[in-house]
Amino acid sequence: MSVVGEPATKEPLSLEELQASGSVRSGRKHVLSILVENKSGVLTRIAGLFARRGFNIDTLTVGPTDDDQVSRVTLTVDGALHPIDQVTKQLHKLINVLKIRDLEPGDTVTRELALFKVSADGAQRGELMQITEIFRGKVVDVTKRSVIVEVTGTTEKIEAFESMVRPFGLIEMMRTGEIAISRGRSET
Amino acid sequence: MRAVDAVMECLKAEGVDVVFGLPGGANLPTYDAFVTGGIRHILVRHEAGGGHAAQGYAKATGKVGVAFATSGPGATNLITPICDAMMDSVPVVFITGQVRTELLGTDGFQEADTLGITIPIVKHSFMIQDPREIPRAIHEAFYIARSGRPGPVLIDIPQDLSREEIDYEPVTDVRLPGYQPRTEGNQKQIRQAAKALAAAQRPVIYAGGGVVNANASEELVEFATSDRFPVTCTLMGLGAFPARVGGGGGVGEPNPQWLGMLGMHGTRAANYAMDEADLICAVGARFDDRVTGKLSEFAPHAKFIHIDVDPAEISKNIPAHIPIVGDAKHVLAKLLIEYRALGVDSARLGAWWERIEGWRAKYPLGYEDSTDDEIKPQYMIQALYEATGGEAIVTSDVGQHQMWTAQYYDFPAPRRWINSGGLGTMGFGLPSAMGAAVGCPDRLVCCVAGDGSVQMNAQELATCAQNKIPIKVFIMNNGYLGMVRQWQELFWDGKYSHVDTGEFPDFVKLAEAYGATGMRLTNKKTLVDDMKRAIATDGPVVVDVRVTREENTYPMIPTGHAAREMVG
Repeated sequence: MSVVGEPATKEPLSLEELQASGSVRSGRKHVLSILVENKSGVLTRIAGLFARRGFNIDTLTVGPTDDDQVSRVTLTVDGALHPIDQVTKQLHKLINVLKIRDLEPGDTVTRELALFKVSADGAQRGELMQITEIFRGKVVDVTKRSVIVEVTGTTEKIEAFESMVRPFGLIEMMRTGEIAISRGRSET
Repeated sequence: MRAVDAVMECLKAEGVDVVFGLPGGANLPTYDAFVTGGIRHILVRHEAGGGHAAQGYAKATGKVGVAFATSGPGATNLITPICDAMMDSVPVVFITGQVRTELLGTDGFQEADTLGITIPIVKHSFMIQDPREIPRAIHEAFYIARSGRPGPVLIDIPQDLSREEIDYEPVTDVRLPGYQPRTEGNQKQIRQAAKALAAAQRPVIYAGGGVVNANASEELVEFATSDRFPVTCTLMGLGAFPARVGGGGGVGEPNPQWLGMLGMHGTRAANYAMDEADLICAVGARFDDRVTGKLSEFAPHAKFIHIDVDPAEISKNIPAHIPIVGDAKHVLAKLLIEYRALGVDSARLGAWWERIEGWRAKYPLGYEDSTDDEIKPQYMIQALYEATGGEAIVTSDVGQHQMWTAQYYDFPAPRRWINSGGLGTMGFGLPSAMGAAVGCPDRLVCCVAGDGSVQMNAQELATCAQNKIPIKVFIMNNGYLGMVRQWQELFWDGKYSHVDTGEFPDFVKLAEAYGATGMRLTNKKTLVDDMKRAIATDGPVVVDVRVTREENTYPMIPTGHAAREMVG
């Protein structure tokens, strides 16, 4: 897990470390976990830094933490398309941003929740239920012609489920975007 | 007390002695508080003038400037100064009125989403939602504006909240968990930098506006002269390293370690030295494109030490081999101690200086002077230097006159040269001179303006006349938008497109209409004396100096070229 530009903690001190910290395109997905003060306008400030550079945010979630003064923003950006080091440094300049973590995939548990509305009449329903079971999903609503399935998991799992149910006729899909937490005892 | 009276108390507690502003509907309560608030307020004629005046005040004094405006158009007129202050790291607190909270988001009269519009161009901003937040917001704003890398902070106060009664208690502590600028610099890194400098055969110190902001000029001089380090400054850094030594102003000798400004219109000595350097020590500078030219060919042989208080600047454009996060004052002082401890023999730099002296001798700054009375623009700056003894605070607009002033006015000290470097704002010079003169009433303040630029904020002459602010405005009048004309001549086949401003307006009459003194100078032979006469005249003076119409600013690194490809 690398901490970028955070006061009184590690900062890259050599060119090698700097490159390792992602100033060059890393070629992978980055999950940034950002602790922010719970104040109006914070999200606009964060989103603006990405927009100005033409960076596309793939997913974005905002939620409360155990401290009601503090919220957590979790966002994912494609490091193959964008060099993210500059933007994390700029993020850290925002007064309302308390802490930024660029989460290392191996050290992180990520989850996303998705709801799929799939067309499934009598004949197809059984097969769909089977698939849902394999993915440890839950059927949360059934009508004569459609089923709503809830699936939780990594982005890869959600996408795999999507490709499985698409042939049935995917009417609608809702995804929350990823949240992430670091493994082990230390705080994210 | 009323929240607006608390605003006055907070400003006084922050040591504010002047506010530049313009009242309107949404900040009527605030202006009521000025009546008995005990703070000097200067009524400007356009909010942009007020914003730039606050910038000029801040740059000249090192203190935080303050500008007020009303909601809607008042606030949007501040956009340029806010953005300018962001680009050049100028500490200014902007306080804008906002419509009543019940009207927010309804497209009410004179409503603009000031906070939303300014988010990308402020260091921080506050939207007041509870009048009791106002005192803390103001103190936090001042703290943020002046600490770390300075910058603009905006506070937007809805009209209804500003008139509410609050229990005012002075705020004595500012706690911002997400903002802890690091100033000290990592000792290990500083030691490494000292070693690299000791080992360098062709070092250059490249100093920028960060040295001025950190008040680190003394430390820079001490460090640079602890060995024979060649020094160049950016446009924003001019004065941080004195261009002349031994006696103030014009009496001194050229500083032997001073290479002149670098970059697009810098000296060849400075640019060639960067090009051949094996180690560049950047202090409070940000490798702007006007400095580097073609990035991939910038200083191809050099390793980089980069000292900056803003971690985001380090390795932004050029990867730094030895990054040091800290302010210039602390880091340079420590670097000096580390460097002295190494006991380096400066004789190793002999060959490097020989090379530099070669460039200096071969390519001095120069121009072809006229043989008659015609005033060459470069000579105009040299004449101003002579007329002021090199001791004036000089502001400028943006364009050819700005570059010539940077080249030919040998700034002997920091905070003497005030211009818009990053944003490149035409119309910056006159109001910023006004602000500088208010901040430094004992010092002569001159504005070198372009005939195009000056018209963008000429209305502030009225403010100067009314308040007896004695700025001396020297308009370098060539009847063109000169820098654009130069680029059209050089890079667009000489086809001039909308750059000829003719003889309009009559600047002498304009000055007189505003209640200032107007003069027109056309004779080179009497120019210095005429300028002295203008300077000796009481009150604001506008001097229309007619210069050669088509003169180009040289030398020049054409856009997209490397330093060694300088022309002219």
